[in-house]
Amino acid sequence: MFSRILVANRGEIALRIIRACREMGIETVAVYSEADRGARYLSLADEAVCIGPAPSAQSYLNIARIISAAEVADVDAIHPGYGFLAENAHFAEVCRSCNIEFIGPSVEAMQRMGDKVEAKRIARAARLYTIPGSEGALEDVDEAVRVAHDIGYPVLVKAAAGGGGRGMRIAHNDISLSQAVGQGQAEAEAAFKDSRVYLEKHIEGARHVEVQVLADADGHCVHLWERDCTLQRRHQKLIEESPSPGLSDHTRAKLCDAAVRMAKEAGYTGAGTVEFLLDPDETFYLLEVNARIQVEHPVTELVTGIDLVQEQIHMAAGERLRFRQRDVHQRGHAIECRINAEDCASGFRPSPGTLQRFCLPGGPGVRVDTHCCQGAAIVPHYDSMIAKLLVHRPTRQAAIATMKRALAECDIQGVATTVPLHQEILANPDFTAGRVDTGWVERVW
Amino acid sequence: MAEAFEPEAEGDRPPPVDLETIRRLLDLMSEHGLAELEIEREDMAVRLRKAGAEPPTPMAAGIPAGGAQAGVAPPTAPAEAETAEEELPTVTSPMVGTFYTAPSPDADPFVQVGDHVAEDTVVCVIEAMKVFNEIRAETSGTIEKVLVANAEAVEFGQPLFVVRPD
Repeated sequence: MFSRILVANRGEIALRIIRACREMGIETVAVYSEADRGARYLSLADEAVCIGPAPSAQSYLNIARIISAAEVADVDAIHPGYGFLAENAHFAEVCRSCNIEFIGPSVEAMQRMGDKVEAKRIARAARLYTIPGSEGALEDVDEAVRVAHDIGYPVLVKAAAGGGGRGMRIAHNDISLSQAVGQGQAEAEAAFKDSRVYLEKHIEGARHVEVQVLADADGHCVHLWERDCTLQRRHQKLIEESPSPGLSDHTRAKLCDAAVRMAKEAGYTGAGTVEFLLDPDETFYLLEVNARIQVEHPVTELVTGIDLVQEQIHMAAGERLRFRQRDVHQRGHAIECRINAEDCASGFRPSPGTLQRFCLPGGPGVRVDTHCCQGAAIVPHYDSMIAKLLVHRPTRQAAIATMKRALAECDIQGVATTVPLHQEILANPDFTAGRVDTGWVERVW
Repeated sequence: MAEAFEPEAEGDRPPPVDLETIRRLLDLMSEHGLAELEIEREDMAVRLRKAGAEPPTPMAAGIPAGGAQAGVAPPTAPAEAETAEEELPTVTSPMVGTFYTAPSPDADPFVQVGDHVAEDTVVCVIEAMKVFNEIRAETSGTIEKVLVANAEAVEFGQPLFVVRPD
């Protein structure tokens, strides 16, 4: 087992990793940029090293600085969290070549899952449905138009090196399609240094359901059931829950088995998530595989009682999975609301500032994951999430009631937050009835 | 504790300050961890400065200042004939790594206290991932103090040397 881990991230996930390590008796080294100097969670690590100025490129995305910090602090592993370098295969390679374990899958598995075209090919080999679309990367606009006519509009132009909702454009006809391809390629080149784009049918009225998987180095893989992440705005998740409401047990089982097949076919190790799109008649298609721990992982932790970050560390240390599929149960119902410092009334503009007041709920069935505290400054350099508010109750109805109670207890002053939006969603009958799809939030608000 | 108090304004000499007020001001300074306090009112003007002041703590905006027109000077601000050491420029580390004072273990150090440096004088090397990076003074002046020991780990922004500019 590792004796010292460097946390190559910031904010709530850095704190999450530090917490897991403290419980396992592993020393932690936190890194921070000048914008995060003085953050309270840094003092919970055994050591904290300043690695650069505020801009991510010179700090949290800077491989040289992070590796230097790892070397001077003499760590034996690095946990990349999510975002930043978590799915950067080159970073994983550099870590391992410096004799520092990277807590995540192999470089090859990351590369295979990171290339969305390759991931689809592997999915087909694992007998998963993939969303109808182009065979691979688009050669030119003519091919795009041919495929679009084949599968039918509307279609999505997606970046092969994208993912996480980035680098996607919708097109409803030939003209907007040729524009979308050109612009998509240019954006992909700028953002990912890879201009390849591919085409997919845009499935309307779809639900987004993902499956958490865990695999050891010996090829044993289990699923930890599903999470429903249909409530999104501009492809960014707002609310997640487990189990997925209205999903038949039959489909649930097929979905989870498919996820395990996919992970095995891809040679995946560690914790990962297989994302699916479900069309209105519960046919499910592979969306993508996320080769990292995800923001919404606590939803699964609550219903299964399994600490995912600790399991990641066990897997990375070469240990075998300590439980079998039949040991993994879903108990009760969990919901997560992502609290962002954004102004819902002004187009969800980020709302940086100082937390003059920051009181979050507690009591039965409530879990709060946050790195923020009263008096903390919310800086504009990074993402705007300030807390994850979760509830876990025996039924969905009870969970909704507890979440409403918990949201009403939130007292956050100094920045605008998405709490009011969550309250409106929770009160909406479509949400309660499970009558939502990925476009619902944008239609209603 | 306090060094001295002196009337500030030129021309009009305001009445001297009573001891009770001084005591209250000293308490205020201790309470807020201030190294320096300057107050100017119609009826008095006083500046108090602690000897051997500790490194400055950043002042949050809007700390309530008692009394009318009380101006609180952060510890490094005022115009003094003699610049305190805390105010001298420092050479800070532009990276994370291991600090070395000399180009090799048996060589002489690049610089020592008292040496004069130009802006492009190499003052140390910082090693990161087996690459040795030369760090330059970036200030023309004299090495006042070396803040880090040989082979010590340094982080981004960490002060390495204090330089007294020409």
